[in-house]
Amino acid sequence: MTNDYILHLEGVGKTFQTKNGKSIKAVQQVDLDVRENDFVCIVGPSGCGKSTLLRMVSGLEPITFGQVVYHGQEITRPRKEIGMVFQEYSLLPWRTVIDNVALGPEFAGISKKERETRAMNYLRLVGMEAFARAHPHELSGGMRQRVAIVRALANDPDLLLMDEPFGALDAHTRILLQKELLRIWEQHRKTVLFVTHGVDEAIYLADRIVVMSARPGRIIETILVEMDRPRERSHPRYGHLAEQILAILEKEAAQNFSKNGNILEEPF
Amino acid sequence: MALKTILTRIGTYLLVPLLFLLLWGLAASHLNNEVILPGVGQVTALLLRPTENLISMGSLAVNVAVSLARVLAGYLLAVALAVPLGVIMGYYGTVFRFLNGFLALFRPIPPLAWVPLVLAWFGVASLATLFDVQRGTAYLYLNNLKFSMIFIIFIGAFYPVLTSAIHGVNGVRRTLLDSARVLGASEGDIFRKILLPASFPAIVNGMRIGLGVAWMCLVSAEMLPGSLSGVGYLITHAYTLARTDIVIVGMVSIGVVGALLDLFFRVIEERKFAWTRLTR
Repeated sequence: MTNDYILHLEGVGKTFQTKNGKSIKAVQQVDLDVRENDFVCIVGPSGCGKSTLLRMVSGLEPITFGQVVYHGQEITRPRKEIGMVFQEYSLLPWRTVIDNVALGPEFAGISKKERETRAMNYLRLVGMEAFARAHPHELSGGMRQRVAIVRALANDPDLLLMDEPFGALDAHTRILLQKELLRIWEQHRKTVLFVTHGVDEAIYLADRIVVMSARPGRIIETILVEMDRPRERSHPRYGHLAEQILAILEKEAAQNFSKNGNILEEPF
Repeated sequence: MALKTILTRIGTYLLVPLLFLLLWGLAASHLNNEVILPGVGQVTALLLRPTENLISMGSLAVNVAVSLARVLAGYLLAVALAVPLGVIMGYYGTVFRFLNGFLALFRPIPPLAWVPLVLAWFGVASLATLFDVQRGTAYLYLNNLKFSMIFIIFIGAFYPVLTSAIHGVNGVRRTLLDSARVLGASEGDIFRKILLPASFPAIVNGMRIGLGVAWMCLVSAEMLPGSLSGVGYLITHAYTLARTDIVIVGMVSIGVVGALLDLFFRVIEERKFAWTRLTR
């Protein structure tokens, strides 16, 4: 590879076969390059295939067309350099918090003592060390996502994929966690690919925002945020960007409406 | 807790059983025929002396122990086979489609229907035959474990455990598997660290049901030729001697042992799987 892009998506598409033999195009012709330490947000209407795109990057979902190349290697299966945080509750409910965080190192065959030390350090990073011996059901939604994030980090990935990780949280907790995520990102300098349907969230977090169309999802616009962090939501550029992105999404929805006669497609 | 609430609670548990005993006692004294219905006292007296030799068949305790050994032999075999098979069938769709049609064919066959075939296959062969033990105490123990009985009990316990293992694995949320894969789990890790613990509550529930069914197959298994002991045999033998009190004693001990085994599993479920109740 000749450039400093660590992730390169070329013509990536996904077609699902339904049970009755029909095929549905979920993602179409996505080209995207992500540089090291980039924070890229993907926004789009629900059901636009952005989660599917992320799952293809993670190696969990087979790719129908095109390819995803990570550090010069084609992605065909999950690999530990690429971590992922899910929207749904993904902690193992029968394990304590610390045993959840130590899961990646455990799979890697690292000794119990060492992985617990490592897990504890990461729990400290999000102020959760007091809950190390608690079980996930004893935690609030925000705490669970904190644990899920440090669980991904404890595996020391270079690229962190986040699939609407704060989508199920209340507004206040969401803003807190966005702040915390940026703090971690600045400390650890991971590359982040973050999927959200929240325009505000994308502007607050991203260096670059990729706007996707309704299904079949393709990239319709890429926007550079170019604001210093921490970003003030009251800043004029903030509002301006939000307006711009919402206008794109609205136009897309209108087109989709005239095309299909239906704005809300059934989610995937 | 106040004494009154404790008494009320105990009362709630005991009221129906006590009423039942009362009705039984009334009916027994009214009929006044101990072949049709012996009195409560008569049965209780037998139950209180479990080590006494009954109708020259050995004591109740020994017969219960023999039955328990048989059930456990067939049951453990069923669990050892059904759990791994169920987990694999639940996880790999291809294996499921491959085997399920075949297994579903045998599922509706009552264990008792296997008796003629099983007798033709195994006759009175037992574990003593297998290990070629012909005398001594070891022979006495092993000869009680006939293949035919173990097979009947095995069939009874196999399906509940299998079905619940498949069901348990099917119920594991995809996100748990995905997050483990992303963290670098090998296929072995997925089985040992995700699928098994996640489906364990369902498996234990199936094991509980399976043990219940296995225990119920006991009487039919012990009616097979070659059986000279066990609660099931005690009941049928007592019946031929018109000793209804012993029949009831046998039934009561089957009930009590079954309930205790069930309680054992319930305690495990309560202790180990609190997370299933507390997780949404």
